[in-house]
Amino acid sequence: MTLPATDTNGGTPGRRVGLGPSGWSPQRMWSVAGAVVLVALVWGFYAWDGAQTTAVLGGTVRAATLLVLGAMCGMIGERSGIVNIGIEGQFLMSAFTAFTVASMSGSLFLGVVAGVSTGLAMGWMLAAMSVGLRTDQIIAGTVLNIAALGLTSFFYDRGRSLGQPKYQSIELGPLADLPVVGTTLFNRPPLTYLALVLVVVLHVLLLRSVWGMRTTAIGEHPGAAATVGIDVIRLRYWNVTLAGGLAGLGGAYLALESVGTFTRAMSGGRGFLALAVMIFGRRTPLGAYAAALFFGFTTALQGQFQLNDTFDIPAQFVGMLPFVVTIIVVAAAGLFGRMRDPAALGQPYEVR
Amino acid sequence: MAAAAETVVSQAEPEVLLAGHGITKRFGSVVANDDVSVELRPGRILALLGENGAGKSTLVNVLFGLHRPDAGQVVIADENVELSSPHDAIARGVGMVHQHFQLVPPMSVVRNIVLGAEPRKLGMIDVAQARRRVMELADRFGLHVDPDAAVEDLPVGAQQRVEILKALYRDARVLIADEPTAVLTPQETDHLLGVLRGLTDQGVGIVFITHKLREVMAAADDIVVLREGRVVGTTTPAQTSEAALAELMVGRAVDLHGDRFESGATGVGSAVSTAAAPSDEEPTAEAGERPVVLDIAGLCTDDDRGQRAVDELSLAVSAGEIVGVAGVEGNGQRELVEAITGLRHATAGTVSISDRDASGARPRQVTVIGVGHIPEDRAKHGLIGSYSVADNSVLNRYFRRPFAAGGMLRRDRIDSHARDVVATFDVRTPDVDSPADSLSGGNKQKLIVGREFSDDIDLLIAAQPTRGIDIGAIEFIWRRIRERRDEGTAVLLVSAELDEVLALSDRVAVMYEGRIVATVDPRTATREEIGLLMAGAAPGAASPAADG
Repeated sequence: MTLPATDTNGGTPGRRVGLGPSGWSPQRMWSVAGAVVLVALVWGFYAWDGAQTTAVLGGTVRAATLLVLGAMCGMIGERSGIVNIGIEGQFLMSAFTAFTVASMSGSLFLGVVAGVSTGLAMGWMLAAMSVGLRTDQIIAGTVLNIAALGLTSFFYDRGRSLGQPKYQSIELGPLADLPVVGTTLFNRPPLTYLALVLVVVLHVLLLRSVWGMRTTAIGEHPGAAATVGIDVIRLRYWNVTLAGGLAGLGGAYLALESVGTFTRAMSGGRGFLALAVMIFGRRTPLGAYAAALFFGFTTALQGQFQLNDTFDIPAQFVGMLPFVVTIIVVAAAGLFGRMRDPAALGQPYEVR
Repeated sequence: MAAAAETVVSQAEPEVLLAGHGITKRFGSVVANDDVSVELRPGRILALLGENGAGKSTLVNVLFGLHRPDAGQVVIADENVELSSPHDAIARGVGMVHQHFQLVPPMSVVRNIVLGAEPRKLGMIDVAQARRRVMELADRFGLHVDPDAAVEDLPVGAQQRVEILKALYRDARVLIADEPTAVLTPQETDHLLGVLRGLTDQGVGIVFITHKLREVMAAADDIVVLREGRVVGTTTPAQTSEAALAELMVGRAVDLHGDRFESGATGVGSAVSTAAAPSDEEPTAEAGERPVVLDIAGLCTDDDRGQRAVDELSLAVSAGEIVGVAGVEGNGQRELVEAITGLRHATAGTVSISDRDASGARPRQVTVIGVGHIPEDRAKHGLIGSYSVADNSVLNRYFRRPFAAGGMLRRDRIDSHARDVVATFDVRTPDVDSPADSLSGGNKQKLIVGREFSDDIDLLIAAQPTRGIDIGAIEFIWRRIRERRDEGTAVLLVSAELDEVLALSDRVAVMYEGRIVATVDPRTATREEIGLLMAGAAPGAASPAADG
């Protein structure tokens, strides 16, 4: 829990992307203070009821993994100037192919390959529509969502099962024996580790690499990027396509690691929640992971409440918790530091 | 041309840095450049002078590889070249400082400069090296700018230095500057001209596009005047005068300067004034006795970032006078105009217009009281580009009779009104159904002026009324504003062009950091005095007739 919270300000794309060393911004101080409070709280709860705390934290990480993969897919697109509301469809379609291929081939790995490939293909479709044909980006994303729902429902085979256990946890040596974080972070299935690595790598790439800088440039001022020889159309195509691979990994994670099967419309709106996570995380991977953990926490908490029958109210109301919190948090985030979108977000670029 | 082959081997300084020989460029049936030849030599500043539409931009776009010429030859560093894109020109050492900066606002100065040609280490930007190279360039050419600041936080003048550094970082030997002073204040302009001169001392050649005569006379080594796509004159500042250049540019005699010294309201040169106002030898002497129309007291308002932009400002404008607000841009002028016209919330103070309290009034209420407003940004706030000329001509009154009745627009009335405006204000448009976007800048501005003038107004608020338009249109708009003043309208003129403020105003209020620091008489104050006040020098230092 502490990892992401300490560094949500690693570089916020809408704001300054400076190079020089800077002192501690108020934002960084708040982040650190929040992290300290959080650690103290977790410690306290763990001392109070270790089993339940571990269960909630485990559920948090499980829910966060899917959200952060979707959020990273969204942020690569948005930083390039392309809105992707088709993440939901990318999740669903990839989950379907990952499950089907894994079931037919008997190999989870081939399933993951199929899921990622599906995500790439859907990313390419989004790019072809919104970058190549300059379709309205909202409509292009909606097309993906509707197509995914229709196709997966049509080809859905109720009788099919995975035919093997889903991805199992792997203990990371002595790290897994640590209290709290051991079971929460260092005793997870493989795709969760992969997602964590991707979060860190992508964070560095977006904020420090030549690719990341050019990506920011084509999302903020594609005309300026073009005048210095950057091929805006080409880079947008690549970015949106590759970002689709991240959503594809999310779909594979959902089917092969989180749930272990495919069910109709199993993405359940989390592709949209990923967009909220992305914005709340200020379009940075570490920020998004912090946000994903937060949203994941509400999901896990809600599940634990239902399990324990904590509240004497219908389960449906308890189940609303993540969504109510989403509304409150997004509204509050809007009231406090408003973040500017990339200036060219949603605008098709046309070569003169 | 022929000489190219002989000098190509020598690494020494080329004789000709950049040239176009016999350039012809057509767009459909329009000939934008007709057999145009220009030549730039090392260490020189070549001014391309001409009105909007004279073909300056087309010419530099050809030289920069954005357009391919239909005929003629481009020469870079003594070599005949075929440019297929700007990258070819950049690779040969030609840099462009665009009028609309090609910078990424949230990114730092260093990142903007190296973008597209980044020093790298394992795919990461080599920050230290990038920074070092930028600092070296900045030192060498005297272009000082904070390398770590985000571009969006910099003033316009500094952003322009970043643009120049960006070209120099790519080893530009030639700098094409497209209307570089259009967005600058007088001080920034002087600074820029100094910087350009510094560049030429190091062998860089500069093509400087402008329609401002004073700058040409001050900065250029060679002058080429374009009109209707042709070269109509090649000269040097020593051989010519502002008046002669203006005549070449427009094709007839023009007089924009000096009028205020002769007779306050002549407005335009005698040679062109169709309705030369005969009145007003002393149009403003009795201004104090006329009723006050606009009375601002203790006005405060914030800018978009919540910083105090107008600070307890008080100002009065009487019927029949033009009060010009001079000041470096960004000292609260925009916020002042917006607060008066109801576009911005005033945090304190009062505005009264024609003895009615207009504090906190909404834009429509302000319009209905009898205020005309020529907004600063004609594309954003002056017109709706996709609407027709006709619809734009009634934007301020479409909801009232005779243009609307019973909630329905009356097309016939609107169209006939629009035809009146088009005829009276010389708006060049094929018809009133054309979208406003299809008009040139000058014609858009004339349409706005026509709209705002066609009602009975007691107060005219004119913000940057002639920004970026050609001399012919400037002349026309100035004359109209003076006519209105002579008819008794109170005029508040806000302009970044000190020349414009001096030429039109009966009183000049100098604005600095949200306050009026002094009010001076334009007939006695000098540019230097006003410049000092604009820079924040205490009023006493310049000894104007301070009352603000």
